[in-house]
Amino acid sequence: MNDTAQIFDQGEYNFAYLDEQTKRMIRRAILKGIAIPGYQVPFASREMPMPYGWGTGGVQVTASILGKDDCLKMIDQGSDDTTNAVSIRGFFEKTAGVRTTYETSEATVIQTRHRIPEKGLREDQVLVFQVPIPEPLRFLEPRETETRKMHALEDYGLMHVKLYEDIAKNGHIATTYAYPVKVNDRYVMDPSPTPKFDNPKIDQMPALQLYGAGREKRIYAIPPYTKVKSLDFDDYPFEVQKFDKPCGLCGAENVYLDEVILDDQGGRMYVCSDSDHCEERRANGHLGPMAADPAATHFAGGASEETVQ
Amino acid sequence: MDTAIDASEHTTALAAGFQDPVHDAQECFRAIMNAMARPGTEQLIREDGLVPPAPLTPTVAAIVLTLLDYDTPVWLDRPLMTSDAVKSFLRFHTGAPIVKEPVEAAFAIVTDPAHLVPLASFNQGSAEYPDRSTTVVLSSQEFGKHAPVTLEGPGIKDRAALSTGPLPPVFWDQVSANSRLFPRGVDLIFSGKGRISALPRSTRILPSEV
Repeated sequence: MNDTAQIFDQGEYNFAYLDEQTKRMIRRAILKGIAIPGYQVPFASREMPMPYGWGTGGVQVTASILGKDDCLKMIDQGSDDTTNAVSIRGFFEKTAGVRTTYETSEATVIQTRHRIPEKGLREDQVLVFQVPIPEPLRFLEPRETETRKMHALEDYGLMHVKLYEDIAKNGHIATTYAYPVKVNDRYVMDPSPTPKFDNPKIDQMPALQLYGAGREKRIYAIPPYTKVKSLDFDDYPFEVQKFDKPCGLCGAENVYLDEVILDDQGGRMYVCSDSDHCEERRANGHLGPMAADPAATHFAGGASEETVQ
Repeated sequence: MDTAIDASEHTTALAAGFQDPVHDAQECFRAIMNAMARPGTEQLIREDGLVPPAPLTPTVAAIVLTLLDYDTPVWLDRPLMTSDAVKSFLRFHTGAPIVKEPVEAAFAIVTDPAHLVPLASFNQGSAEYPDRSTTVVLSSQEFGKHAPVTLEGPGIKDRAALSTGPLPPVFWDQVSANSRLFPRGVDLIFSGKGRISALPRSTRILPSEV
């Protein structure tokens, strides 16, 4: 159980893995990112002991801001106990020896893959996003030289054409994740592949948001209390996903739900994607319609056992 | 060459850097990051153990040791530029090349802000790479004793006030012009005794109410 602490004590790595020169370089990029909200700052991304696509950008940002008194929370699609979250949490336990938590309110630094916690974040927290493709215009214009010019000239017509074509084809804007936003009335930014359900939380968030893309070598940021608008049209305003059922385990409404297949007979349930939010609600006595369902028992039981540890 | 002569003449030892380079730099960076993310707020910098050569203050030394290295050309104002001890300190601890033209600098250190050169003479970045602009560190600031300016923009809930000085009379006009350049423009770090405040280019200065 405590091998991670022992490994840290051996002093095999610099604190939080990265060397100090790398941290300084990333820290300077973070400061520029904060000063120019939504602008993608190029940085000399390092090779990390995990493959690209596993959150190397987020890991480098977290490693550069993390201090020994921080408390770290890792989430992967809202959950604290899925593969990516578990492995990166283990990485920082081994290389930085910091305290980690599942509880959103206890954490000072939260690194996330594609969700924003349901619980509102505070001013003293930092949210770090893992970003696969930071350039919102990349699928519309593959050349970096051109997208850079488009950002410089604030030429975002192409993005509106894309959203318009969505409407022409589907009758509504069919983009459901990585939904483009305009930051501080200037830069169009990709909020990483979070469901568009989370877009309203980015706007005027009290916590600082840092975005790191390792393979693409970009860092960008949204300072606290910054205006972030999801792109839309007057007659097709931005809307978030709506769920017609509450969470099967805790009965929460107005949260983002995951579909869980229970058997091969078509049985399924919808549960909170934010596992910490769901467990906290259940601990406070909230019960969903399927909380007593035998098929759901091991699912709910297994999850709550994890928190006890 | 001339630093060696200087050292033998005064036989002064080179001042030490951070006692705990990893954690001291991290703590100082978080203060700078919070200052930049929340313009107008004051953040504390722990400066114990740092005794840099004057006119470099311990707080500015902490910022320098946290952010500068061989990748960051640094520009110094006259009082710093004429001190060999300061230049040796910077060269030894950071390796940052010291440049003569403000426009070449990634960082500018100013200990006599009352005689600050115009902000427009620093690197403003380009439209395509606005991140390549200069970050200007202004030393010897006193917070709360000068006429406050009202701030608005990212990082600020509603409005914030910043009172700092001494600064040249045209300074706030220059800062307004700087923020109109957005996304180009310089970023400012105000450094007092053990505390700092920052103004990124995204912050707008509201005209003072009459």
